[in-house]
Amino acid sequence: MRRRLDRHNDLLRSLFAFALVCVVFMGRVGTVFGDPDGVTSIFRPLAQPAQEIKETSLLVLVICAVIFLIMFGLLVYSLIRFRHRPGDEASEPPQIYGSNQIEMAWTVLPILIVFVLILVTSRTIADIQNRKASPGALQATVTGHQWWWEIRYPELGIVTANELHVPASDQSRRRPTFLKLQSADVAHSFWVPQLAGKTDLIPNRENRMWIDPTQPGTYLGNCAEYCGTQHARMLIRVIVHPPVEFERWVTEQRRPAAEEPTALEGRRVFFRNSCVNCHTIRGTSAQGAFGPDLTHLMSRQTLASGAGLNTTETLRAWVRDPQRLKIGCLMPNMQMTDTEVDQIVSYLQTLK
Amino acid sequence: MATQEIALPGLKQPGISSIDRLHGLVVTVDHKKLGLMYVGTAIGFLVVAGLMALAIRLQLAVPNNTFLEPDVFNRFFTMHGTSMVFLVGMALVSGFGNYLVPLMIGARDMAFPRLNAFGYWMYIFGGLLLYFSYLGAPGLAGHGSAPDVGWFAYAPLTGRAFSRGHSTDYWILSLLLTSVGSTVSAINVIATAVSLRCKGMTLMRMPLLVWLMIVVNFMILLALPALSAAQIMLLVDRYLGGHFFDTQAGGSAVVWQHFFWLFGHPEVYILIIPAFACVSEIVPVFSRKPIFGYPVMVGATVMIGLISTSVWAHHMFSVGMASVGNIFFAISTFTVAVPTGIKIFNWLGTMYGGRIRFDLPMLFCIAFLFQFLIAGLTGMMLGVAPFNWQLTDSYFVVAHFHYTLVGGFLFGIFAGIYYWYPKAVGRLLDRRLGLLHFWLFTIGFHVTFDTMHFPGLLGMPRRIFTYDAGRGWETLNLITSIGALLQAVAVLCLAINLVRSWKKGEEAGNDPWDAWTLEWATTSPPPEYNFASAPVVRSRRPLWDLKHPEDPDWKYE
Amino acid sequence: MTNEASLPKTFEASDWKLPSARKVALICLILTETGLFSIFVAGYVFYLGKSLTGPTPREVLDLPVLSTICLLSSSVTITLAERAFSRDRVGRFKMFWLLTIVLAAIFLASTAAEWRRLIYQKGLTISTNLFGTTFYSLVGLHASHVIVGMSLLLLVFIFSLRGFVTIMHRERLQMISWYWHFVDAVWVVVFTVVYVIGR
Repeated sequence: MRRRLDRHNDLLRSLFAFALVCVVFMGRVGTVFGDPDGVTSIFRPLAQPAQEIKETSLLVLVICAVIFLIMFGLLVYSLIRFRHRPGDEASEPPQIYGSNQIEMAWTVLPILIVFVLILVTSRTIADIQNRKASPGALQATVTGHQWWWEIRYPELGIVTANELHVPASDQSRRRPTFLKLQSADVAHSFWVPQLAGKTDLIPNRENRMWIDPTQPGTYLGNCAEYCGTQHARMLIRVIVHPPVEFERWVTEQRRPAAEEPTALEGRRVFFRNSCVNCHTIRGTSAQGAFGPDLTHLMSRQTLASGAGLNTTETLRAWVRDPQRLKIGCLMPNMQMTDTEVDQIVSYLQTLK
Repeated sequence: MATQEIALPGLKQPGISSIDRLHGLVVTVDHKKLGLMYVGTAIGFLVVAGLMALAIRLQLAVPNNTFLEPDVFNRFFTMHGTSMVFLVGMALVSGFGNYLVPLMIGARDMAFPRLNAFGYWMYIFGGLLLYFSYLGAPGLAGHGSAPDVGWFAYAPLTGRAFSRGHSTDYWILSLLLTSVGSTVSAINVIATAVSLRCKGMTLMRMPLLVWLMIVVNFMILLALPALSAAQIMLLVDRYLGGHFFDTQAGGSAVVWQHFFWLFGHPEVYILIIPAFACVSEIVPVFSRKPIFGYPVMVGATVMIGLISTSVWAHHMFSVGMASVGNIFFAISTFTVAVPTGIKIFNWLGTMYGGRIRFDLPMLFCIAFLFQFLIAGLTGMMLGVAPFNWQLTDSYFVVAHFHYTLVGGFLFGIFAGIYYWYPKAVGRLLDRRLGLLHFWLFTIGFHVTFDTMHFPGLLGMPRRIFTYDAGRGWETLNLITSIGALLQAVAVLCLAINLVRSWKKGEEAGNDPWDAWTLEWATTSPPPEYNFASAPVVRSRRPLWDLKHPEDPDWKYE
Repeated sequence: MTNEASLPKTFEASDWKLPSARKVALICLILTETGLFSIFVAGYVFYLGKSLTGPTPREVLDLPVLSTICLLSSSVTITLAERAFSRDRVGRFKMFWLLTIVLAAIFLASTAAEWRRLIYQKGLTISTNLFGTTFYSLVGLHASHVIVGMSLLLLVFIFSLRGFVTIMHRERLQMISWYWHFVDAVWVVVFTVVYVIGR
């Protein structure tokens, strides 16, 4: 017969082990809710539908945490209470084969939990997926390429690359952005965690998603479907402007390429080379469609979809040999001399 | 009780040269030798693929690292995944099934011994073909041609246009070969379990492992064709100008995903159920109680097998299916969690009220229970489609499936290895090395895979060869990589233990664990014919009946 | 100490009858092959009407009446052959078995002729369009199974001519016939999906 003190000790030991493990886990969990800049936590949404996803997710996390605590507690308790003790060799414990009532109980309870999850999940899915574009919504088409993003605003007549600019919604005017997602080659996926869940870009298929940010800022994201060598460097930025600034951005982007008198040599070198076969510069004879549109290259924060920041250094290095910064990318080393590189760079820097 | 001296089999006979021994292995049709060959080869591939994982973790330990070039990295994660699933996982399923099923049902060998050998050799040739790709025809950037399209090889990345060279072809052909091996092994195990049971062993008196092996092998029969069919279609696309997945001609990349995951999801249950099987045999013995709710365990496993064929598109929540589709697959995913949870409850119920001994097989089972619980819960989270939209294709998912496959499958297999090695070899594995293996591996596992969930929550996608600083991923990745080193050392301990104990381990005797199923009635290792005369059983635990004639199971079952 | 010598040797039930391992194995094989064909059928059905160019099923497919009659009859003849074999009427067995092989050969020849017509007269190849790809893959997969079956039948026939096939092989012959019936059943499905529904 087990003494009361033994059982008491077992319970204490169980609680201790249990608490220890919980503390270790909780310590880790803190990171996701922390607040340093540049951190794209899915639990720091600054837009819909990411906010709604977060709310659903937290509910699910709580349910799972409760299940975990109960099961873990039972496990620890069983291990401690029913461990083999010296002197136990003499006999075997009662040989229990099962219990229909207990089986019933622990079948019904999970089914109830599943039922709750089904309801919660279905509601969120329907709410997010079945949202229709309101008349004032911004429409943009994102086309995935190996390894950059082509972004078009058909109603505004703008074509750009690697940065999606959208207006913020505020109390007076909701202006969500509805995206059409396509691919020119293989499967990609658009993921900006603080704005929305990810949606794939699949060739021969048009997917739709929407975002409705309320806070201006720059939101980082990645391609989230393995698409080949440089999948890691297919980064996306979504820049959310206050409405007035967004209009300003639109006006600037709609202008054709600047015609600066400086960098004439560079312009000539550019147009003499096969750059024009791949790149478009609106308002010039460069109408290539294979690579990103360069009309307002200098207005972007990064180069080569995040391979580097948009500085003179990086631009020069890129033009000299793209393979150095992004090996395997589809822009070849054009084998130009240093002079030609400098000239082209000075021309490109006029494309504000 | 009368004891019998049974001549020890060839493993211990002196005077056989190494060449003869090797020849013996090449021509053998004995299920025990083949089973051990499967397990041994699988462990070999485990080490190789594990080294790749180590390289991957070294590359990702710091941002903007240049330890591995992008192409090499991409090939590593593809080969790591492909090897682990097919060359380690499936081989261990076959190995454990082929070794244990005849012994547990009191049979002399499998129903089709030669087919068994054929299956093994197809497996190993397939595996060698996959690795030959490193040496074979020229591919990307001169680094050889190993597959670099990810273990699930999504179209159209695998089409001729985007996958020039032969890397994808090696992926297809080697897996077609290993699939033949898995299929024939499945047919063999089912036929054996159905047709060769000893007298008195009705289906409901079989050890739970045998039941689970039957379910697993039926799943293999139904799931593998989906993969093979898709691979044949891909070959038609690549070589005969077909358009199955050719989006330019109207083909659909999503169809590849559907076909692949029709295989892929049952596949992960195919991998985990044998771990369930090991745990279901070991936990009762070390709790000194029969498994709680045997019929419910059987039913739950069958339900898992059935329901798992309806959840596949939960790998495709971000593909852009209509809300109806997403809702259906979320529902089916939650549904499959119910029988899985029931099994966990039943294992707990087995331990509750028992006298738990913390021998090594049991330690691994306990860790399994803890880890599989967590893995199941993160799986439920992933079933919530909106949550999935954030988490899929991120390191959260990578953490989840490594939790199930390493924390679940591998721990279950390790438990099985410590439990049945004495039976197969006649000697116990060293306890101290085993404890070192256990603790190092468990700690390393948790350091790596607990931490790995968080980069996913912070937006880190999977399959990227590097990342920039400033996203909050750096420290987490460093910690993850450190855990990998611990696990590597642990596996080394296991390897040393396996080799050393072969000749120097403590002698085990027939029944070192005081267990209850038929394999413990014969010698360790068993003679080639397994049992001198076919046993007759009256309950699920024939050896319990023998040891407790005053209180046999058949009075209560 | 327990060893297997001390396990009980008597058993209360009078007989212990388990299904034949061969039958179980063949059923498993049929299960897995059904899975394989299902995927190709699913692909065929999914891509119906989705070809961007080229001939459509309606334009080029004729009902393969002769080949269907031959293949279905071969199921009858193989059953008759089996029955003759179990009644020890070896001559009759060989005749019906050969008839089965001949009917299979006619099926294959007829399929080949149809493919020839489709390729050279109608311009439908496996790379023409989605219909071509899915059609040749599905029908070709089936035809490859007919070839395998026919090879097994031929092997048995040659052995029987030499007198090597005895009553001990009854179950093995039955398994070959089950496989053959399966191949036939698949043809019924393929025929319905491709030539009836798909057109």
